[in-house]
Amino acid sequence: MFRRSRTHALITMVAMVAAVAACGTSGPAAGSGGGGSFKVWALQDPVLNPIEKTSVEGSGGTLETFGNDPYKQKLRVAIGSPNAPDVFFNWGGGNLKEYVDADKIADLTPLLDENPSLKSAFLPSVLDGAKINGKYYGLPMRGMQPVVLFYNKDVFSAAGATPPTTWDELLALVDKFKAAGVQPIALAGSQAWTELMWIEYLLDRIGGADVFKNIRDNGPAGWKDPAVLEAATKVKELVDRGGFGTNYASVGYDVGGASTILAQGKAAMHLMGSWEYVNQLGQSPDFVKNGKLGWVPFPTLPGGKGKPDTVVGNASNYYSVTSASKTLDASKKYVATALNDEKYVQSLIDAGDVPAVTGVKDKLAKAANSEYTTWIYELVEKASVFQLSWDQDLTADQSTKMLTQLQELFLGKTSPQAFVDALAAG
Amino acid sequence: MHQRPSFWYAAPAFAFFALFAALPMVLVVVLSFTSWDGLGTPQPNGVDNWARLADDGQAYDAVGRTAILMVVSWLVQTPIALLIGVWAAGRQRSRAVLSSIFFLPLLLSTAAIALLWQVMLDPNFGVLQSLGGPLGDVQFLGNPSIVLYTVAFVITWQYVPFHTLLYQGAARAIPKTLYEAATIDGAGRVRQFFHITLPQLRYTIITSSILMIVGSLTTFDTVLILTNGGPGTASRIAPLHMYITGFSGFEMGYASTMAVLLVVVGTGLSLLVMRVTGFRSMTSQQEGA
Repeated sequence: MFRRSRTHALITMVAMVAAVAACGTSGPAAGSGGGGSFKVWALQDPVLNPIEKTSVEGSGGTLETFGNDPYKQKLRVAIGSPNAPDVFFNWGGGNLKEYVDADKIADLTPLLDENPSLKSAFLPSVLDGAKINGKYYGLPMRGMQPVVLFYNKDVFSAAGATPPTTWDELLALVDKFKAAGVQPIALAGSQAWTELMWIEYLLDRIGGADVFKNIRDNGPAGWKDPAVLEAATKVKELVDRGGFGTNYASVGYDVGGASTILAQGKAAMHLMGSWEYVNQLGQSPDFVKNGKLGWVPFPTLPGGKGKPDTVVGNASNYYSVTSASKTLDASKKYVATALNDEKYVQSLIDAGDVPAVTGVKDKLAKAANSEYTTWIYELVEKASVFQLSWDQDLTADQSTKMLTQLQELFLGKTSPQAFVDALAAG
Repeated sequence: MHQRPSFWYAAPAFAFFALFAALPMVLVVVLSFTSWDGLGTPQPNGVDNWARLADDGQAYDAVGRTAILMVVSWLVQTPIALLIGVWAAGRQRSRAVLSSIFFLPLLLSTAAIALLWQVMLDPNFGVLQSLGGPLGDVQFLGNPSIVLYTVAFVITWQYVPFHTLLYQGAARAIPKTLYEAATIDGAGRVRQFFHITLPQLRYTIITSSILMIVGSLTTFDTVLILTNGGPGTASRIAPLHMYITGFSGFEMGYASTMAVLLVVVGTGLSLLVMRVTGFRSMTSQQEGA
């Protein structure tokens, strides 16, 4: 889900160009700066970078930002070399675990134990996103990005439909919209992570959070759980039923394909991360401002083992500290003090983010887009589990294989059983 | 007696080759016998990677796709480039103007070309789609059985001008006397083309073919941007498979194994083409010259 933030970035750039201009340039900070100052690596993001820069430089550090695609590769090469950053942006989960296993990341648990107020400053379900083997290796540094079901209110009222609350209602809606000549669900299927959201939610609703946890912790054999087969079968049913229309295979998210057909009323629903709102606000402002964009949680699946309030997505992004850092103390002090700083949190809210910080509901209610941001905040606050996106939670090699198989499943080139077998074979 | 230049003339070239071609290749060979996720030090794992490669259905599929791409782009590009090249070798002004327009794709970067075609072929908002008609409904990038040919088409569109340029230059170098003699002997245009132009262009055809074959073996950027190997794996050709394994899955050791295979196949193919076509003998095509 590494590409998502880029879209987010591109779109918000359009929406908030004035804000950025006012904050001056946000390019990579120059060189190494003064001796002893810590170095922070983050992703290029026109909205977040000025906020990050103010925060980091205010604490005596330097910020370097990188384009989205090269970031993971650069990080891989740099960590463990003398040029490693002291603090770096990451997605938590299995992705971070690879670095933890290689002994490259500083354990922040003692820090949290010493400061109970720091620990309670963040939403527990989000803080857990960077909890590995029972220890904390990162602190949330930005907003939450749960996946929710967006819909076009005009299309729904024209068809006399109401948003789905259960899976069966969703299937009935698919038939209804198909009969009305509207593509039921927009899907940017040229990018596997958009398809991933469907099976993530389905598996959780069917089998509960433990099924995936077992896969992540105990290896690929866990894919053999019957719930995986059932989720894959439900995916296939939805595809075969025409839920995603016929041309999803070459629709991209980065170029705005799926979002645009939702806004134009060519499609009725779109399952996407919470950044879709900001995205739509940038691309189709009238669609959002006239209140035509609706959102509901992913439908429940009566009879499933999963808790119906579970959300999936990117809990947040995290700052982690490298264990070999020459400025370990300063770096730890930075992440311990700056991320729940009132001013920092307020600037995140002003930029349209929903910070993973406890007790910000009132602040959200006062800021712009409060109807949406408070809803997102409550959704995550109430969630018993926040399942991190699988592609971030698995190791890189497992995740790459899983995404490949998933696309084949959505294309109908693999049967649900073959999908399970291929993944279980590792 | 003509004195051969000293070896030292070639030293800079050798140094560059050693540093930027030979050394990385040696490192890749070494890496291909290790397991390395980019963190820590590579762990030697013997021939595990090679055993895995021999057993990897996806790698075979990827090589198969590369082979299809290679054959299709050679079959399509060669006649087009040859005919246009020979035509453009004429000296009329109209040809100069048309040729300049025709060479435009040469000025565009690969990334721009791939993005351009991606937008043209977008299934919802593409140019073809908005024109309507039967072509508007074809899923050029979304249909797994079509996408590879779409890629071949885009590559052809990009590289035909380059090969045309090769043929144009070569065709202009053919001595006029040959054609004059043929005209006196009563040979028509078609016979002149088959009996003079084609044989005279023989080495150009070989050069251009080797460039195309090795080029399609290493084609990567166009596919990465245009389809990223999709839909599914329908256009995931060998170099892209290697890239995804190495830089998304961070299995550097295994990706290096694929890289070695590509180097071996690429070198083997160009040697084969040279041997089969007698390119190495470098005999003259002109009687008495």
